[in-house]
Amino acid sequence: MFLVALGYRAGGNAPIYTDVPQGPMVLPVPQALNLTSIVINVAVLALMLTMVIQIHRHTGSLDSEKSRKLKG
Amino acid sequence: MAAMIAHAPILIIAIPLVAAFLTPLVGMASKRARNALVVVSLLFVAFLVFALARDVVTNGIRVYTLGAASPEQTIPTGFIMPVRIILEIDGMSIFMGLIITTVALASLIYSLHFLKGQTGQARFYSLMMLLYAGMMGLAFTGDMFNLFVFLEIASIAGAGLAAYRANMADAVEGGFKYIVVSTIAGLMVLFAVGILYAQYNVLSIAALAHYMQHTLLDIIALGLLGSVFVIKLAAVPLHMWAPDTYTVAPAGVTPMIYTSSAASMYALYRVSFTLYGSTIDTTTLGRVVIALGVLSMFVGVMMAVHQTDIKRLMAYHAISQSGYMLLGVGVGLAVLADPVALANYGRNAINGGIFHMINNALYKGMLFLTAEAIFFRIGTRDLNRMGGLGHKMKCTAGFFIIGALAISGIPPFNGFASKLLIYETVFKFNPVLSVIAMFVSLVTLASFTKVFYSTFTGPEIPAYKEVREVPKSMIIGMGILAACIIFFSIFPGVVMDTIVAPATEALIDQASYISAVMGGVP
Repeated sequence: MFLVALGYRAGGNAPIYTDVPQGPMVLPVPQALNLTSIVINVAVLALMLTMVIQIHRHTGSLDSEKSRKLKG
Repeated sequence: MAAMIAHAPILIIAIPLVAAFLTPLVGMASKRARNALVVVSLLFVAFLVFALARDVVTNGIRVYTLGAASPEQTIPTGFIMPVRIILEIDGMSIFMGLIITTVALASLIYSLHFLKGQTGQARFYSLMMLLYAGMMGLAFTGDMFNLFVFLEIASIAGAGLAAYRANMADAVEGGFKYIVVSTIAGLMVLFAVGILYAQYNVLSIAALAHYMQHTLLDIIALGLLGSVFVIKLAAVPLHMWAPDTYTVAPAGVTPMIYTSSAASMYALYRVSFTLYGSTIDTTTLGRVVIALGVLSMFVGVMMAVHQTDIKRLMAYHAISQSGYMLLGVGVGLAVLADPVALANYGRNAINGGIFHMINNALYKGMLFLTAEAIFFRIGTRDLNRMGGLGHKMKCTAGFFIIGALAISGIPPFNGFASKLLIYETVFKFNPVLSVIAMFVSLVTLASFTKVFYSTFTGPEIPAYKEVREVPKSMIIGMGILAACIIFFSIFPGVVMDTIVAPATEALIDQASYISAVMGGVP
């Protein structure tokens, strides 16, 4: 949201170059950035969830306090 | 050949990416073909990196604009600022590229035999190539947003690899910690990129540096970016993930994750020198970096001394060694604005810090590999349960000695060359810092002596009677790194002149980095 808000120009048009009406355009770059970061975060989330499943298999619990094999 | 070098920047990133996705497919047909594919593609990329390195050292900065009619055309016709994705390779980037490539080659060859009999090998190689591509991208990119993308690629692949031995609960835990920390770091980068983009409407590092105004928002962005890279390179107040992740990651991966933290250090330098170099008060920034360096050096080594897990011990040493690099470069950064002091000792301080980066990647990587070789044969990382392994694992013991002497800065090894440079220059800046650095080095030696005695010497333990030397591919993997260390030890001057000095020059010389992209734009 933060990124999309950055590129907004009041009263702008969609940044589609073919058949462009007169007037300011909304910046397209932040939207591209946003899509990229969403894709990346989906991947990260998927990886995290698989790891949580693995941890649950090992400890039988989802409590992060109980997953404490590494210390020191 | 010339055309190949012109397109080398993108090929170096694209080939490992393609190989990463081909690996599982080829692996379904034949395992041998898969291993060959991975090794050959990495070897080819290594060749490209070396060719590009020669080119960059002789001809200066090389830019590569994706989607442009010719790679050198950074600003499209009719525009006044760069809008395309740009890869920009200067002395520092290619220096990082060389480190990453050497370590990756050694780790990959080491892993070939290490993984025999494990499940999910195709995924392992696939992630390994992704991690490599991510790190190379991080080193080569000239664009803030791509910095974020490549940082995330490297983090995801690194976390997946760290948790590779999913049958062990601690491995998953270590991997999970890494991914959580990396994601938070990634979001902070994204936020900082957003702040910068909102002000200047460009993403290219060179263009941002060109337009940089030194507003409050810029300082906030610097704070965010700085803390991210400090997290990722595991400097002391933010180091908690590193020992856990390094300990559990399988062999071959630990050196790679360690190198990816070195790549974050590169990003820190890139941001503080190239992006902000001329606009902010570098003295303060330099002092912050020095403080972080001293803290990491001291706390890292003190935590290492009492460890009984061999890899955990090495992980804390890795943190402590990062402190040296931060110290050296921090001193250089602190005097960046003062030409006399810069010429006097600042430049050499940066040289020392950067030289230590490559030295450390080599010997630390090798030490991690020897630790895993021991784990591979006896199945424990606990120092108290080892002993007498020197009788059977002679090669491993030899490699360990080389690594341990190099890390403690004993002459004539390469660690000595870079540490001496750091001591000398830091002494001119502030003698106390130099004394701390020497003390830390001493403790490092003590700690590695302890490891050596408890692991390799003593009578043979009956339980380990059947232990043999590790297989060939693992020895070759360690051998590559050992050969580099010995070469660096004998010819520190050559290395210094050919790769380290251009890297330092690239860091200091912000103007030419900017003009390579911006050209004559006012």
